[in-house]
Amino acid sequence: MGYIKINNDKLTTKTAEELLDICPFNAFDYIDSYLSINAACKMCKICINKGPKGICEFIEEQKERIDKTKYKGITVYIEQRDNQAHNVSWELVGKAKELALKTNEEVYALVIGNDTKDIIKKALEYGVNKVFVYENEAYKDFNVEVYTNVVEEFYKNHQVNIILVGGTNQGRSFAPRIAARLKTGLTADCTKLDITDEGDLLQIRPAFGGNIMAKINTPNHRPQLATIRYKMFNKPEITKPFGEVIYEKTEGIDKKSNITLLDTFIKPRVKDISDAEIIIAVGRAFKKQKDLEMIEPLRVKLNAELACTRPLIENGWFDPRKQIGLSGRTVKPKLIINLGISGAVQYIEGMKESDLIITVNNDVHNKLFDISHYSIHGDIYEVLPKLNELLNQIL
Amino acid sequence: MKIITCIKQVPASSKVEVDPNTGVLIRDSNNAKMNPYDLYALESAFQIKNIVKGTKVHAVTMGPPSAKSVLEEALYMGADEATLVSDMRFAGADVLATSYTLSQLIEHINDYEIIICGKQTTDGDTAQVGPEIAEFLSIPHVPYVKEILKIKDSSVILRSGYDEYDEIVEVKYPCLITVEKGYNVPRLPSYRRKILLRDCKINTVSLRDLKDKNPGNYGLNGSPTQVDEIFPPERLTDSIKIEGTTEELATKMISILRESRFI
Repeated sequence: MGYIKINNDKLTTKTAEELLDICPFNAFDYIDSYLSINAACKMCKICINKGPKGICEFIEEQKERIDKTKYKGITVYIEQRDNQAHNVSWELVGKAKELALKTNEEVYALVIGNDTKDIIKKALEYGVNKVFVYENEAYKDFNVEVYTNVVEEFYKNHQVNIILVGGTNQGRSFAPRIAARLKTGLTADCTKLDITDEGDLLQIRPAFGGNIMAKINTPNHRPQLATIRYKMFNKPEITKPFGEVIYEKTEGIDKKSNITLLDTFIKPRVKDISDAEIIIAVGRAFKKQKDLEMIEPLRVKLNAELACTRPLIENGWFDPRKQIGLSGRTVKPKLIINLGISGAVQYIEGMKESDLIITVNNDVHNKLFDISHYSIHGDIYEVLPKLNELLNQIL
Repeated sequence: MKIITCIKQVPASSKVEVDPNTGVLIRDSNNAKMNPYDLYALESAFQIKNIVKGTKVHAVTMGPPSAKSVLEEALYMGADEATLVSDMRFAGADVLATSYTLSQLIEHINDYEIIICGKQTTDGDTAQVGPEIAEFLSIPHVPYVKEILKIKDSSVILRSGYDEYDEIVEVKYPCLITVEKGYNVPRLPSYRRKILLRDCKINTVSLRDLKDKNPGNYGLNGSPTQVDEIFPPERLTDSIKIEGTTEELATKMISILRESRFI
């Protein structure tokens, strides 16, 4: 905790300009030879670490330190619907077990619901030390107000070190509510987690809307709260259950809500490519519309969405909503496979942020090869049939 | 009906990178714009205004003085009032401190039935500020709203989209909703309004105007999380080129998909 002090007495026009230039957030105002910091400052401290020496200074303000040894246990909130746990929760149990090894903590599952015996059984099989269960008719469906009251009660009784929540739409609505209730930090959508010997959770995620990663910690607040997207980590191995199940009282917990659930609709499969996690994109190298059938086995195996380049829209093979590129949709899936796409800049701009890019093309100089993680130099008319053959064998 | 919409100024370009050698952030422009998700929040407010006569839309933002430009844009689109909450002591605010500051501003305004936020911002992508504001105000929130189905005297019926299902919920006022992108078509700022509002004033609120004046609860000091370090993403700088026979190419492709757990 602290603030950045500017030593204006040491400032020259040159160093002021250097600082104005180095700040990525335009947080310096330089008026009448006087430099000040405005509210745009993100405290990234680049001005101190990388700027001219001695001008900017971080003044540490000591706050009362919490006793970190009092907070023990890595808790995973088990998201459930119709008494079925979401797989992201088990992935988090897997990660929690890894972290717990380093700090010698226990791993807890926090289960809130109405009829949760199957979930409890699974949690034990995944090797948690304790399952804390809050069962009540009122907890049948997720309600953010009602469930937050439960977590508050849980934390009041069990001062856990960490609570991990799946970064689903439900979790991304629930976790901030918990954080504000418990007045603690929350890091959304961590892509990596680690822990120090002291039990400080190191939360790594993309930051500042750019191609930057940030390592974030919560030095003086507990619990440490983070959400993690589905499919970031692996589920743990099934073990012989050894954990303990603790049924908690729910009578005293407020169950009133200002939100009434009127109806639920299970969604038909999402078809918008912007939201797709896995995309197979096709381009002009496909000579006939019928040739697109070559992709089917791979598409089915990956459960991918199909997308295309503009020429294929123009010849009417696809609905315009399937077009990737500046004049179409921007996509950022976990995986994109480019098949027979020439790689116009307009296309590349629409997909280059994808997590994993695989490109198959017979042109060595294809621009897509420069931004692909894997560039497979081959003709789609040869590679795809072979691929299908191999896919058939592993089915 | 009184509606508050929370909007944010974000960098116009997402091309911010870290120089791998010096650790310095590089950006390719200083341009800023309104968070695109907030356009849908504003449009939702204007649509309610079309249905419920006498509705007033109040756009608010937290940021440096230059963030006024997004409030101007909101006014030109159709907002009736705009307020900036800005103070040097808000610098370095994380989600908790930001949400707390906005909730203090909203308590200061203290006149609303619905607060509308965009689903998330393009610079933080956390989608957390809306729900945290609601919690600080002790009001319910409904995230990912795709449709406002019915506006009643003391509640609103909404369609809200989760990963695998949609919910229809009824929520009592006062409440906060965050809206999905793409369910309405945000209007453009009107040139006529711009001329009309040429001398319009944007309210500015600073720490001394808020109920909680303790600087320890704002900015870096009020932020439980801290950025330890920033660094470039681990990324393959060179594309891995795969050549060989068709059989080798197909086999390699399968092993890549397997290693990355897609099949």
